[in-house]
Amino acid sequence: MNVKYMFSLVAVILLFLLAYIGVEAAGLQVLFGIVIPYAAIIIFIIGVVNRVIGWARSPVPFRIPSTCGQQRSLPWIKSSELDNPFTTPGVVARMFLEVLFFRSLFRNTKTTIAEGPKIYFSIEMWLWLAALAFHWSFLTVIVRHLRLFTEPVPFWIALLEKADGFFQVGVPGIFLSGLVLLAAVFYLFLRRVIIPQVNYVSLSQDFFPLFLIFGIAFTGILMRHFAKIDVTGAKQLAMGLVTFHPTIPQGIGGIFYVHVFFVSVLLAYFPFSKLMHMGGIFMSPTRNLTCNTRAVRHINPWNYPVETHTYDEYEEEFREKMIEAGLPVEKE
Amino acid sequence: MSDPKPNELIEKIDYIPPQKGWMDVPVNIRKGMYCYASNPKSVEYVHLPNARAWNPIEEDWKLPDNWKEIVHTAFRDRLDRFRSFKVFMDICVRCGACADKCHFFIGTGDPKNMPVLRAELLRSVYRNDFTAAGKILGKIAGARELTLDVLKEWWYYFFQCTECRRCSVFCPYGIDTAEITIMAREIFNLLGLNIDWIATPVANCYRTGNHLGIQPHAFKEMIEFFVDDIEEKTGVKVDPSFNKKGADILFVTPSGDVFADPGTYTAMGYLMLFHYLKEQGLNVTWSTYASEGGNFGFFTSHEMMKRLNSKMYAEAKRLGVKWILGGECGHMWRVINQYMDTMNGPADFLEEPVSPITGTKFTNARSTKMVHISEFTADLLYHNKLKLDKSRNDNLIVTYHDSCNPARGMGLFDEPRYVINSVCNHFHDMPRNTIREQTFCCGSGSGLNAGEDMELRLCGGLPRANAVKHVHDKFGVNMLATICAIDRAVLPPLMDYWVPGVGVTGLTEMVANALLMPGEAERTTNLRGEPLSGMEE
Repeated sequence: MNVKYMFSLVAVILLFLLAYIGVEAAGLQVLFGIVIPYAAIIIFIIGVVNRVIGWARSPVPFRIPSTCGQQRSLPWIKSSELDNPFTTPGVVARMFLEVLFFRSLFRNTKTTIAEGPKIYFSIEMWLWLAALAFHWSFLTVIVRHLRLFTEPVPFWIALLEKADGFFQVGVPGIFLSGLVLLAAVFYLFLRRVIIPQVNYVSLSQDFFPLFLIFGIAFTGILMRHFAKIDVTGAKQLAMGLVTFHPTIPQGIGGIFYVHVFFVSVLLAYFPFSKLMHMGGIFMSPTRNLTCNTRAVRHINPWNYPVETHTYDEYEEEFREKMIEAGLPVEKE
Repeated sequence: MSDPKPNELIEKIDYIPPQKGWMDVPVNIRKGMYCYASNPKSVEYVHLPNARAWNPIEEDWKLPDNWKEIVHTAFRDRLDRFRSFKVFMDICVRCGACADKCHFFIGTGDPKNMPVLRAELLRSVYRNDFTAAGKILGKIAGARELTLDVLKEWWYYFFQCTECRRCSVFCPYGIDTAEITIMAREIFNLLGLNIDWIATPVANCYRTGNHLGIQPHAFKEMIEFFVDDIEEKTGVKVDPSFNKKGADILFVTPSGDVFADPGTYTAMGYLMLFHYLKEQGLNVTWSTYASEGGNFGFFTSHEMMKRLNSKMYAEAKRLGVKWILGGECGHMWRVINQYMDTMNGPADFLEEPVSPITGTKFTNARSTKMVHISEFTADLLYHNKLKLDKSRNDNLIVTYHDSCNPARGMGLFDEPRYVINSVCNHFHDMPRNTIREQTFCCGSGSGLNAGEDMELRLCGGLPRANAVKHVHDKFGVNMLATICAIDRAVLPPLMDYWVPGVGVTGLTEMVANALLMPGEAERTTNLRGEPLSGMEE
């Protein structure tokens, strides 16, 4: 039994019971449907802004990008403007690919050592693929949910929903994004348990968001296909929240509140956790700076004068030896 | 104690981590894997705090009483001054992509050499001291208190990182362990916990201008010895100048190349190249004051890096040169490319570098005003300014080791390859995953090139050596070219250990061997005194 993930699993199960019993037995719909979601949103916004401001307050004293391609030097040598960007458009392109397609992770390899010794590097795409599947499907699910918060529903959300339900399996139709999200989260969990090195470095806080997001996707699918909750009621509650006229419609059931509670917990947890990598990736000085430090001087706001050993002090110590060796000196 | 045999080292490598959680595995400072403690005299010489004699394997490190407070304050201060440090402490998701990218992990299998875990050593204390979650949840949130054992663990593992930045290439957020190691070492220096292989070169460099402590008259004598050697081998008497006011260009290169083979042949190469170009208008001078390209201050603290680096601009200003030319060195070029202008600039007393031979403007160096010898030489070769006999290098089957710092802190990849291909006929790159931005460290960078940590160096150098072995077996490669003085010092024993039969050379040595010097006698040997191709008895 692995203590690290058991702790997080138990925490998520307790959260489930808390919301389910709270609504079904104690009738705390207002708490779980209105108060907690509002509180979570406030914590999320203030927390994230605080965190980003905290990073931004620390200056970037030196320009230290990781140069992953040929520098711009002589005109006849082709430089890599993407991996060693000399100009801002190059940096934007580098960041674009990094943020949207996880380009650095795409480079991933697996190292093995065999008899000889011989070290092999093989392509290892699974983490990159799972990460892409996870983030993109999660984004699709979130955007799709905007239909509950808008009236009338903008055409592009309807369009996305249509594309997502492309396979038209079952009634109501299955959304691809939900299944992909569930599968990707499950894979990310499995690799944390199975790959020995990844397991060794994993903390409880690496499992907690996985279980939580799994819970969110699972309760979502449960509501749509099995518990078949009243969608009109759900939309009423959601619209109430965004228009600041919160209401609690009748008969949307405990699972719905669990779903909302899980999302609230995720939002409130976000600013205090590693999930802040979402903001941090934009702030990483090894990626988001131009690599033109020899052409354009970078300013360090706290650059301060330091104690140095001057030439005069040097000559003072070695003058006689220098003269004897025929080296020029300032003072004979 | 003799070093372990290659098969003994390999047998020890196991990538499967132990059952016990890493926080519960105490550090074991093992002989062969660490460097000796700093000599207090060296620490004192540059006025760094807490100089004292101490020994890493003794229980008592004789720390100042308030060491925890010093660490905490220094940690906070660095979070406030470096966005890199703060962001890197916060955003790691422990995906593990970096785990098997580190040469020390590949070569030792020690899980604490996985970059993610190396950083977690520090991050765990960061969570405990600076985050709400860590303060409330403690160990569950991955937090732990700073204890003496934790400090010792830090020391052991942050002196098992060569700041090569390979992990940062693979990290989806660009988290750079070098940056974290730099901060950790800054903190060690506040406690007087440097290693002597860094502290003494730093003190030497501060006093005499170079890491080896070569005094001005001796520096000149050593170069003059090369002059005699060149005359003996080529029949040409070169005539270098020192500390010359009114020269156009100041040349700065690591002192290691003045001191020990095979770097000395590269130094001879510089002398021959400059002599060759003298007729065409090159007016270059060496300095005894700025006689060090490398910067072990970079492995001490940002401040110490600045203090040592300041000599380059100061000397350029004093001598009134137009710009600075830099020799073949690794971390020297990371410092010049990413730090020098910011720290010690603006160099407004210098001019935008222009090659006096080809007229090429080095616009990429227009602010820092310092050009890499490979850029300079590649430009010369491109414009056919050097008369060469490539076949003189025909006995060499060459591969090229991208040094970490010019690779991942600069992007100098094609200039050196152009130079090699221009001066020799047989060149084969190593496999794609082991060169260019994915190059493997020599295993001895960032001041870890001491003698007492040989086992660590051999383990860390294994991935590099293994890639050389691949081209050695496949193409018969017998020479490893490189543009780093530390490489030239540490790769020969690494090759002898893992790939016997492969030598190590600098680029400019190969250039000089192929160079047809005006007025030269018939050349029968290379600069090493070995028969040239076709001249064997």
